[in-house]
Amino acid sequence: MAMSGMRGLSVFISDIRNCQNKEQERLRVDKELGNIRTRFKNEKALTPYEKKKYVWKMLYIYMLGYDVDFGHMEAVSLISAPKYPEKQVGYIVTSSLLNENHDFLRLAINTVRNDIIGRNETFQCLALTMVGNIGGREFAESLAPDVQKLLLSSSCRPLVRKKAALCLLRLYRKNPDVVNVDGWADRMAQLLDERDLGVLTSSMSLLVALVSNQHEAYWSCLPKCVKTLERLARNQDIPQEYTYYGIPSPWLQVKTMRALQYFPTIEDPNTRRSLFEVLQRILMGTDVVKNVNKNNASHAVLFEALALVMHLDAEKEMMSQCVALLGKFIAVREPNIRYLGLENMTRMLMVTDVQDIIKRHQAQIITSLKDPDISIRRRALDLLYGMCDVTNAKDIVEELLQYLSTAEFAMREELSLKAAILAEKFAPDLSWYVDVILQLIDKAGDFVSDDIWFRVVQFVTNNEDLQPYAAAKAREYLDKPAIHETMVKVSAYLLGEFGHLLGRRPGCSPKELFNIIHEKLPTVSIPTISILLSTYAKILMHCQPPDLELQNQIWAIFKKYESSIEVEIQQRAVEYFALSRKGEALMDILAEMPKFPERQSALIKKAEDTEVDTAETSAIKLRAQQQSQTSNALVVTDQSQANGAPPHVGQLSLVKMPITSSNVDDISADQRLSQDNGTLNNIDSQQPSADLLGDLLGPLAIEGPPSSSGHPQASSNPGIEGTAVDATAIVPAGQDASSVQPIGNIAERFQALCVKDSGVLYEDPYIQIGIKAEWRAHQGHLVLFLGNKNTSPLIAVQALILPPIHLKMELSLVPDTIPPRAQVQCPLEIINLHPSRDVAVIDFSYKFGNDMVNVKLRLPAVLNKFLQPITISPEEFFPQWRSLPGPPLKLQEVVRGVRPLPLLEMANLFNSFHLIVCPGLDPNPNNIVASTTFYSESTRAMLCLARVETDPADRTQLRMTVASGDPTLTFELKEFIKEQLVSIPLASRVPPTQAAPMSPVAQPASAPSPAASDDPGALLAALL
Amino acid sequence: MIHFVLLISRQGKVRLTKWYSPYSQKERSKVLRELSGLVISRGPKLCNFVEWRGLKVVYKRYASLYFCICNDQEDNELETLSIIHHYVETLDRYFGSVCELDLIFNFHKAYFILDEVLLAGMMQETSKRTTLRLIAAQEELVEAAKEEASSLSNIIAQATK
Repeated sequence: MAMSGMRGLSVFISDIRNCQNKEQERLRVDKELGNIRTRFKNEKALTPYEKKKYVWKMLYIYMLGYDVDFGHMEAVSLISAPKYPEKQVGYIVTSSLLNENHDFLRLAINTVRNDIIGRNETFQCLALTMVGNIGGREFAESLAPDVQKLLLSSSCRPLVRKKAALCLLRLYRKNPDVVNVDGWADRMAQLLDERDLGVLTSSMSLLVALVSNQHEAYWSCLPKCVKTLERLARNQDIPQEYTYYGIPSPWLQVKTMRALQYFPTIEDPNTRRSLFEVLQRILMGTDVVKNVNKNNASHAVLFEALALVMHLDAEKEMMSQCVALLGKFIAVREPNIRYLGLENMTRMLMVTDVQDIIKRHQAQIITSLKDPDISIRRRALDLLYGMCDVTNAKDIVEELLQYLSTAEFAMREELSLKAAILAEKFAPDLSWYVDVILQLIDKAGDFVSDDIWFRVVQFVTNNEDLQPYAAAKAREYLDKPAIHETMVKVSAYLLGEFGHLLGRRPGCSPKELFNIIHEKLPTVSIPTISILLSTYAKILMHCQPPDLELQNQIWAIFKKYESSIEVEIQQRAVEYFALSRKGEALMDILAEMPKFPERQSALIKKAEDTEVDTAETSAIKLRAQQQSQTSNALVVTDQSQANGAPPHVGQLSLVKMPITSSNVDDISADQRLSQDNGTLNNIDSQQPSADLLGDLLGPLAIEGPPSSSGHPQASSNPGIEGTAVDATAIVPAGQDASSVQPIGNIAERFQALCVKDSGVLYEDPYIQIGIKAEWRAHQGHLVLFLGNKNTSPLIAVQALILPPIHLKMELSLVPDTIPPRAQVQCPLEIINLHPSRDVAVIDFSYKFGNDMVNVKLRLPAVLNKFLQPITISPEEFFPQWRSLPGPPLKLQEVVRGVRPLPLLEMANLFNSFHLIVCPGLDPNPNNIVASTTFYSESTRAMLCLARVETDPADRTQLRMTVASGDPTLTFELKEFIKEQLVSIPLASRVPPTQAAPMSPVAQPASAPSPAASDDPGALLAALL
Repeated sequence: MIHFVLLISRQGKVRLTKWYSPYSQKERSKVLRELSGLVISRGPKLCNFVEWRGLKVVYKRYASLYFCICNDQEDNELETLSIIHHYVETLDRYFGSVCELDLIFNFHKAYFILDEVLLAGMMQETSKRTTLRLIAAQEELVEAAKEEASSLSNIIAQATK
């Protein structure tokens, strides 16, 4: 059957098929695209036939995977053609090429509407099809009433009405208000009396969508659904053409039963009885036959019936009938049925009290864990995970561990996480738990996330009885020839803390412990080296009486790393070295880690996130959650945890608050402050995220806050700045109206994101907004991750970018609704036009239940993101420096009221903003010289130089000189650096009595004076 | 609901794509790349379902072609599998034992028929007879328009002679 009449298209397709390779194909396609482009340029000369032909070619090329970025207009314009053939092509090609977010579609709304309200039924069909397939919100708003009219019209033929029903379903998904009209529910019920099965099928789909959102209005539909189901099941009055392999429309049967699952129960005894009769008939009467297609259809109906029975909480007898069926299914050879058997058994766990019967099938399920099909193995894993409890935990976890060695990579992470959680939840004794986790790390170290070993450390730290056992186990693993780095971490940590408890066991003297751990050092990565250094310090401390040889060995290592280029390691080496020379005092400072506060397992939290991918939000599950049955308690408790003030280990630090470092001073002052103020968030704010990574790695550093040297701004001045800002406008605007409180400190999250490229921007009990950014020269590519943490959708989601004038920002469309437990990604493109310190703000809002939440969040598209490190030699530096003689290209300012920072920390601060410090350029060791390249559209790549002269006698003041080839850039950069050095927010918050030692002596002229910064507006202006 | 329908050949060539959820061009190519790899590499005796990014892909191979439908996790997998077969049967009846070549050169017909079977990501018409009757009616309309056009152009041609 040749393409009637369109020879050109057939020839083109043949050409493509004859291409020997991809390159040839591309050439042919490019030629054709060039041709089409030229033809479209002179559109008037095209006959409708030609236009049609080219549009088809475009679709074909598009389908092959080539970018077709022109000609959309021509496709859309065909929609308004007067004749059917062109119109048809216009509609179908448009709906294939474009999606609902495309601007061109708007142009077509009027034509589409005219086709819908016109009298020509073939045009109506075309229009309804396109709107049903790609119609967006605007279509919903302008077309819904017309579409409803068609659906309800008695004069329309079924072919139009069935399309209208599904078109309305699409519009309802885009905007639920389209059916919020009086009497709609009655009309919906009338639609179910429809005799035409095409219309009835479409209407049933519409009903499923409506009741899944809220069923109350639609009770009158329930008996009609049961009637329909009866009619189908008994094959009464079903036209031959609507039976499929002898089964009366399996699709309509499935949809009808799906609709029934959204009603909580069936009150009327007669209706209930008739329904159960039908269900019983389906359960008993479905046989396995030879024909695969018939089997598929009949089992589609059967599985839906099973789901409905489970939902209705049928009598015990019927339930055990279901379990028996499922038990049969998970053992059959047919892989589809086995898969669905496992899947439905997992669902069954959630609703009913049949665990014991399911447990009888444990052996069979474990067999499926070794199935050649990964889909089936996944289901088996989920089911085992779901059915695990104290009685079978040991068996199941051991099976999982065994399987881990052979499992493919795609499953290992999930597998190890699940094993870890089960071990934690159902451990008969804690030593078994430690065994399991160490085995996990041993077998699948690459797939054991940090959370897992953090958790075991927490358990061991908090359970004294466990400590010698864990240390001994860790020591055993170290004897193995090649161990995973995670094992090195956990062993080193455990032996550092508890190695001394092993006392006189062979091979456990401090020296032996040190030697075996130190053997691993050459092979491990930087974060692990940091842990090892802490371990050495601890070993040294526990070595009583002191072993001079060991001491010298360890000191030599500290000495060696004192000049490490890794700041974290360098700092630890320096500090441990200094501390360990203190002798007795060391005991106080390096004492054992205090117990971790009891906290919810981050693992379980993570599992919950993974469940988003694996678990299904079926009607059954929704219902289970509504009733908050215990099987889902995991989710429930979690939420309440997240709502309350999260427990925190902020105060935790390896060192018991030495009074030596100025940094620690700041922190304790902060804590005092926060207590004075009674502010909830402050202690919290030392740990920007509630994740364990921060908690566990943080304490290992001397200062407490995680990787403080990396983010000096955020850590040495935590909380304070955050709360100062919180006090102003950067808090949820709807705070009064709703009870939704952000989790964590918004301002601090922002600060952290200013120096790193991914992290959490905002979080509250319902949503988490994450950010991931890539910066290239003057462009930025940012992705917002909007994650719905709940089991119900977030609606009316809106994000509005308020860009400052120097940034061009384009946010891709943010969906109106975020489905339960889903995460959507919204890319945001940024172009930096010219230098400025202004900050972009995103105005974000959503609705959850009755809570309308609105927050304005600063986006970390700040000046330093457009800086790229560059190191330059003295030969390059000095000519440049001299060539920029003075204002406005070179600006100098004496800055007072500087946050006192050691020189090294100041250099780190500069480096963290990509202002790379060039040591050795300035003969005076108290001065810092730095260089960087700034990128924007107006300046292009521009070299910037800065020099800071500090006064060792008074660290609160300095002289700063900034130079670049652009006056605005010089000024903005100077102000930017100043903002980083001056502690504006600190000054504004310190109560007068405490202010003296900490607040700046005098405010620099351009920074807001203390009086001004008390005024939230002024402070905000200064910050934004 | 169904998020998209894909027809992919054994060599990974795309024969038809239909998107019911809004995917950008970039996302579409990514989905195609990912899924063709995932589906084509599966062995013959495995089940017809693949879990993918929180959704479920139901697929079935007919000779050299893979028909794939991606729907939500909680949708009835066998129902979707039956949709695939129903669509294939409809194509088969339309073309008379359909083969890949038919779908290559008449890809527009495959689109027309799909639009009669599915709409808004839902099953629209379960009767093959009705579907084919509607397709035949559409073809008649196109033919009629063509005849009208050619007779018109004849008249014009004669008038301007």
